[in-house]
Amino acid sequence: MSDSLLRTPLYDLHLSLGGRMVPFAGYEMPVQYRAGVMAEHQHTRTAAGLFDVSHMGQAHLHARSGRVEDAALALERLVPADILSLKTGRQRYTQLTDGKGGILDDLMVSRLGDTLILVVNAACKDADLAHIAATLGEDCIVEPLPDRALIALQGPQAGAVLARLAPASADMRFMDVAAFEVAGVPCVASRSGYTGEDGFELGMAADGAVRVAEALLAEPEVAPAGLGARDSLRLEAGLCLYGSDIDRETTPVEGALEWSIQKSRRASGARAGGFPGADIILGQIEGGVSRRRVGIAVEGRAPVRGGARLFADEAGTQPVGHVTSGAFGPTFGGPAAMGYVETAFAATGTPLFAELRGRYLPATVAALPFVAPGFKR
Amino acid sequence: MTVYYTKEHEWLRVEGDVAVVGITAHAAEELGELVFVEAKDEGTEVAQGDSAAVVESVKAASDIYAPVSGTVVGFNTALSDDPSLVNRDPEAEGWILKLRIADAGQLAALLDADGYAALIG
Repeated sequence: MSDSLLRTPLYDLHLSLGGRMVPFAGYEMPVQYRAGVMAEHQHTRTAAGLFDVSHMGQAHLHARSGRVEDAALALERLVPADILSLKTGRQRYTQLTDGKGGILDDLMVSRLGDTLILVVNAACKDADLAHIAATLGEDCIVEPLPDRALIALQGPQAGAVLARLAPASADMRFMDVAAFEVAGVPCVASRSGYTGEDGFELGMAADGAVRVAEALLAEPEVAPAGLGARDSLRLEAGLCLYGSDIDRETTPVEGALEWSIQKSRRASGARAGGFPGADIILGQIEGGVSRRRVGIAVEGRAPVRGGARLFADEAGTQPVGHVTSGAFGPTFGGPAAMGYVETAFAATGTPLFAELRGRYLPATVAALPFVAPGFKR
Repeated sequence: MTVYYTKEHEWLRVEGDVAVVGITAHAAEELGELVFVEAKDEGTEVAQGDSAAVVESVKAASDIYAPVSGTVVGFNTALSDDPSLVNRDPEAEGWILKLRIADAGQLAALLDADGYAALIG
């Protein structure tokens, strides 16, 4: 594989576990291990899967004033979420927006003590951090953390497993953040993930990553899972893949992400607007949008993939949208997809037809997620 | 019974004037678990190199090309409910389709087992 591809601290471990390595967002990453994508998916839904997500971008955001509230207020100039009210030990999902209301990236923001921790997508991380530094540089310092690894432990047994290794984790609830040691390695953990299951993402110094991964894999419930399973798990969970389901051409409201815009940032909120594209995005919350991201369940077994066109009629004469990601959902037990449709066709239960190899397969707008979430509330 | 192979990682077993077609163990391994398989409708005429079937893995769809020209005369319906049969037994129970061979002369240019083994190294 190309020399220009980066490797995470777990690269050798992936090889020893039989990982099939593929290029992904500039890294050599395991798309699957010996068990295969389906088995890894099912194992994560029934026990616990371990994912290397060290390719993602991690950074700290500090205010030059030293006050975390100032860093939170500064970040609110770039994202539509309420960051100021984020309590220490909590995490929130949001998006970096542009002046047209499009999405530059989606990210997780955590507050731990006086630090804001950002986790952004691998493919966007350099651009994101440059954008944040360029925009907030007067008030904030962006500290990239390229030497931090990130390991996700996901599944209904993840809580029991981590409680055994790190008892402090047992008190955490969904979207909590805490610092503790795992296998003697200091970690920052969030009780969140990208699978729709209970679980954790553990950040640690690169040189401790193998020790943490091996300690987790030594637990009987845990098996490694690759990018393939990660994708089918997040699709069933109704979670967006940046670059496929959301991008600069979609707004958070078109993307059905307005749940992540708290009242304080909406029209007549205490800190209404003030982020790029706020006029467009807040206007869409009030006035609606012409298209919406929806789930799509396709009849039969043939998976309908990103790019497939969606029609209102079986003859394929009235286009109403397109699929942005789709796959066979192993837990859902059928083809699962999401995509954008004209708002008149966005209600759950609306019949549609998905174009596949010149035919028009019956499909239905489906409520997201496809699989009930297992979060520890 | 003669088995031929293609550079596109298909195998073809000649039974009289019918060719039973599937994908090789190497191809099945490379594709990973299949979640869907379908062939052109029976009666469809396909020229050598035309798509005669589609196999879908978790990640992507791949065409199965007609190794020789012919008419589709059968599909392994066991794959409709259990596409991963191709992964478990690619070169026997996991066969995909049957073609009535239009031009047996095309067989000579296909690979034999040794030729295919050399191809995949």
